[in-house]
Amino acid sequence: MAAETQPPATGATGSGSNHGLRIFLIWLVLALAVDLIYWFVIGPNVPPGTLGSAAQGQRFDINVMTVMCLPVMLMVLVYFGYSLVVWRHRQDDDEDGPPIHGNTRIQATWITVTTVIVLSLFGFGTYELIAPNGAGGGEGPAPIWNPPGARLTVAQQRAPWSPGQVLVVQVIAQQWKFTFRYPQFGGFETPNLVLPEGQWVQFDVTSLDVIHSFWAYQLGVKADANPGVDNVAYTKTQHLGNFTVRCAELCGLWHGAMFDYGKVKSVAQFESWVSATKTQFASVTSILNKCVPYATTYDPTTIKAKCSGPVMNTLGLTSAGGGWGSPLDPAGP
Amino acid sequence: MAIETEPGRTGTGGEAGGAAPVRAWWMRPGLIAAIIGAVIGYAIGHWLGNLITHGYPQAATGGGSPDSNDTPIVLGYLFLVIGWLAGMGVFNDLGRLMAGRRVSGEYAESRGLARYFRFTLDHKVVGIQYLVGMIIYFCTAGLLAMAIRTELLSPVHHVFSSAVYVEIVGEHGTMMMMLMTSVILGPFGNYLVPLMIGSKRVAFPRLEALSFWLTPAAFLILLSALLLGGFNFGWTGYAPLSIQDTVGADAYFFAFGLMGISIILAGFNILVTVICYRAPGMRWSRIPMFVWGLLGTAVMMTLAGPILVGGCYMTLTDRTVQTAFFSDQLGGSSYLWQNLFWFFGHPEVYILALPGFGIVMEMLPVFTRKPLFGYRMAAAGIIGVTLLSFFVWQHHLFDSGINPDMRPLFMLTTELISIPTGFIFLVGMGTLWKAKIRLTVPMLFALAFYFNFLIGGVTGVYNSDAPADVTEHGSFFVMAHFHYTIMGGLIFAFMAGCYYWLPKMMGIKLNQTLGKWHFWLMFLGFNSTFLPLFAVGLLGQPRRVFEYARHLQTLNDWVSISSYVLGFSILLFVINFVWSTVVVRERATANPWNSRGLEWLTSSPPPVDNFSRVPVVLSGPYEYGVKDAPPVADLNPPVGVLAAAVSDIDTARAEA
Amino acid sequence: MSLPVRVGTLLVAFLAVVGGAIFVVAHFFLAGPPVITAAVAPGNQVHLVMQEDPQTTVTNRPDWVSYFIQDPTTKKWVHTTLFKVPAGATVHVTIYGYDGCTPPRNPFFGQVTGTVGDVEFIDGKKVSTLNGWYNCSIGHTFSIPGIGLNVPMGSPTTVAENNDLCTVSPCTPMEDGKPVPHATMTFTFKAPTTPGSYLWQCRIPCGGGYITGFGGPMQTIGYMTGDMEVGS
Repeated sequence: MAAETQPPATGATGSGSNHGLRIFLIWLVLALAVDLIYWFVIGPNVPPGTLGSAAQGQRFDINVMTVMCLPVMLMVLVYFGYSLVVWRHRQDDDEDGPPIHGNTRIQATWITVTTVIVLSLFGFGTYELIAPNGAGGGEGPAPIWNPPGARLTVAQQRAPWSPGQVLVVQVIAQQWKFTFRYPQFGGFETPNLVLPEGQWVQFDVTSLDVIHSFWAYQLGVKADANPGVDNVAYTKTQHLGNFTVRCAELCGLWHGAMFDYGKVKSVAQFESWVSATKTQFASVTSILNKCVPYATTYDPTTIKAKCSGPVMNTLGLTSAGGGWGSPLDPAGP
Repeated sequence: MAIETEPGRTGTGGEAGGAAPVRAWWMRPGLIAAIIGAVIGYAIGHWLGNLITHGYPQAATGGGSPDSNDTPIVLGYLFLVIGWLAGMGVFNDLGRLMAGRRVSGEYAESRGLARYFRFTLDHKVVGIQYLVGMIIYFCTAGLLAMAIRTELLSPVHHVFSSAVYVEIVGEHGTMMMMLMTSVILGPFGNYLVPLMIGSKRVAFPRLEALSFWLTPAAFLILLSALLLGGFNFGWTGYAPLSIQDTVGADAYFFAFGLMGISIILAGFNILVTVICYRAPGMRWSRIPMFVWGLLGTAVMMTLAGPILVGGCYMTLTDRTVQTAFFSDQLGGSSYLWQNLFWFFGHPEVYILALPGFGIVMEMLPVFTRKPLFGYRMAAAGIIGVTLLSFFVWQHHLFDSGINPDMRPLFMLTTELISIPTGFIFLVGMGTLWKAKIRLTVPMLFALAFYFNFLIGGVTGVYNSDAPADVTEHGSFFVMAHFHYTIMGGLIFAFMAGCYYWLPKMMGIKLNQTLGKWHFWLMFLGFNSTFLPLFAVGLLGQPRRVFEYARHLQTLNDWVSISSYVLGFSILLFVINFVWSTVVVRERATANPWNSRGLEWLTSSPPPVDNFSRVPVVLSGPYEYGVKDAPPVADLNPPVGVLAAAVSDIDTARAEA
Repeated sequence: MSLPVRVGTLLVAFLAVVGGAIFVVAHFFLAGPPVITAAVAPGNQVHLVMQEDPQTTVTNRPDWVSYFIQDPTTKKWVHTTLFKVPAGATVHVTIYGYDGCTPPRNPFFGQVTGTVGDVEFIDGKKVSTLNGWYNCSIGHTFSIPGIGLNVPMGSPTTVAENNDLCTVSPCTPMEDGKPVPHATMTFTFKAPTTPGSYLWQCRIPCGGGYITGFGGPMQTIGYMTGDMEVGS
């Protein structure tokens, strides 16, 4: 077995601890400086911003992790830099270096310190995931971290909304457009996303075809849209502003063009937008409420009999496109 | 077992196949016959597929054109591969054994360029075949990457149409992830592992050669996707989008599954070779760290490869005969593919990282003239990463709607895996302590590996933090992270390996001045390309998009220009490689780096059977600076010593 | 091999690789259907004439549905979905719908949005919403998400007509002496003032044989999706 020897005790100890001390001091100064500059100057401007509570939480998480990781990175970089300067091979020196096979104390310290750092990051990350109600990420159909008043059944989601309650927005992803359905206001569907300021928002994300991902960047929300699945994510809007919505999961040809601009408006402006949109889309909303009533997931492969007229029945069309129908039948889906 | 039990098998040409006349080069199994076999095979398979799906109009999803039915294309590829392998002579020995005839020794030629185009039992020839193949695959995929960056120069003016762009993105990603899996184990593992453990051969030379010859087939099948309209779902192949795609997707799934078989075979071969073919005295505590790295890689390849093959097979049946594994509307689940793919996909990325660890830890002692600091810790790190890599895969699915209880669990396992990864850094730092560092070209690449992997590894910790991952997932942040670990790690290590071992493998030294230019341009170009991408991702640009926010144009342009510099540096490498090996051919000394490794005790290149007598290993390869350290092995042990050492094998094994 | 032979082989190999790369880029990456430039009338008005067919017998994918655009100078139907209009122009669109009906996956897209007056005219009648499920009245849509335009295309409304669609593309109003069922849609929209390329697509799952109906022609430029180039 490889013998574990301590660094030679005689003579070299002095220069040994000198190197160590020098590296430590350089590192200490740099780490403190970098951490302070980061925390006070860069940190407050780190994306994704403050429009949503989830985004604020993520900014805080990134800052804490950076403040912990920068000294670790600096340790390695300072050490490597120092060694490349001080311990470079001199032209005329053909001797080997000192035969140090290991150092139990240093190895044990390293293992302990890295384990402590990693486990504390785990604890911090778990807390930051749970406390802000899921941190804006999709929690699936049965979220366990909810804001108070979260509406988890369809009946609850259809009940009317008033300011101070959780606003439910269903995000329907389809190739290649997001549409948004507001069950608390009669189930109208709109291609525009408008939210009121200072309210908890519950996004129920689902898809009608392939996997997409609803990413509201400045709100700090990302939830994959899987067909037949209701993926719930939460955030609280903090102030007025605009945000970008992009699809974050490759969904075919126009994935790169699948984006929207959402708005956070004041409660009064939001409510007037709601009534204007209801009027604009009144006729198609009545069709939707009859044939595709609000639900957490949809199955376009089944069209209810009462929604199917004589032409559909005679042509034998019972589903909305994309079964394994024969392409040779032009009338078939 | 390293002692040859059938001396006639891999002898030098003359004895074994001496009786049978040697046929002309164009009538023997080889590349020409393989190509002919492939063409004939494709035609047969295509015809068979059309025959089988004849009465089923729903199979003809391509709109009735002759090349758009999935089944003939899949069966065509299958028979293409069978024909390719038959032409290559893969089945010949099997046939001979089954017919009770003697296995031919005609594959073990020792000279000539032709043997590189044949199915050969010499692991060194396979290593060179892999090396050239991998460089070709890397450069092709790299050119595709430059096309991607060219498109991203402007957010509004498009060089390619959206369809072509998404095709290119998928081709680049798949070609790299699929083929670079074996970029170090293939060339350097196959060539050097027997030399490093004192063996004359690998455990399964035919499986090893087969694993190589599957790679050109997989590469060309993947490229043929461009002829079929490409595939639009990137390298991750998420269903149901992959079920929905036209016939180009069949090329992707078939090629990926084929490469999966190749990596299972390659990994299995290395695994058994290292366990069973070590020379007497080569204890576990003496095997080089490079071999440890490949051991971990081989375990992951053998265990994760089957999941990939299974998943690709299931998708192909979904696409051809309309099974419903992954189609939600037919009763399957889109989550199934995600989990299957990432259960393979996460060990896959550690398959890409571990050989790099092995290479850099192999080189540091040589160029610092010191023993490797913390040998056992390094081995523990590799074992730890190998084991943990199977427990972290759901961190790719944090936001996809998995059970929320799973998120803290996978956050824990993913954070934990950074502990064994950190061991590699301590080992590196300890080896540099009071060293005599020689900044040769391989050493430069090894040091750059540490720099790049530091950034890559730390940003991996950011991704493992589920709340922060909400913004980072699916954005350029993740892209930059994995390019830092895979390209900044693996490929830099590959370059280090090339400059370090080419004198051994080909007896030729690469031009060191050009090497330094290559290094600096590559290092600066690489960091300039990928460091800003962390910011681009955090600023909201998703992956695989051809349109992005206008205010990100400056960053994207900086990255694109840097990527041209990076591409140019790779071109310099290719020029250096080709010029030095083909044109200049400057002979290298047997051990230009003065390394203690066992592989350097042979000639450059080594003879066909590596060692004329099985060596007896006397000490580890990293005993620099140790007074009166014995040489690493005795290549000509006196007869009595060898007999005694052989009888000691059982005791040595019990000890190790 | 001697030095000149080696160098020569290298040169040939290098040229082959470069040639191959250029060929792949030119033939596969940069090729595409032609762009039809709409003819500009006074007052920055353009007229765009298109049709959608149940099959494309002129291509090597005869079973795929497809749009065609009429070239304003030759009046011939071109198999493309790329067209160009000036910025800020008023675009008058006429589309002949020869294809039969397919139920939409999301009936929301039966509502006309983004046109002048938020209406379209189908066979002369003003329409603002089509019930794609009950009446099976929608064949395709013409949608430009970048400007919020979504116009459903009407389809023939009886079973007999749906079973008697045109068989040769580009479709013509008369075939073998019999009239071919089709609907005529007209609407007007304002082109955006910012130059660039704006994708347009169909929102009806008419990719027959592809799961969810959005594969094949739906994701192939030149068939059911394309680009509107807005010039400066």
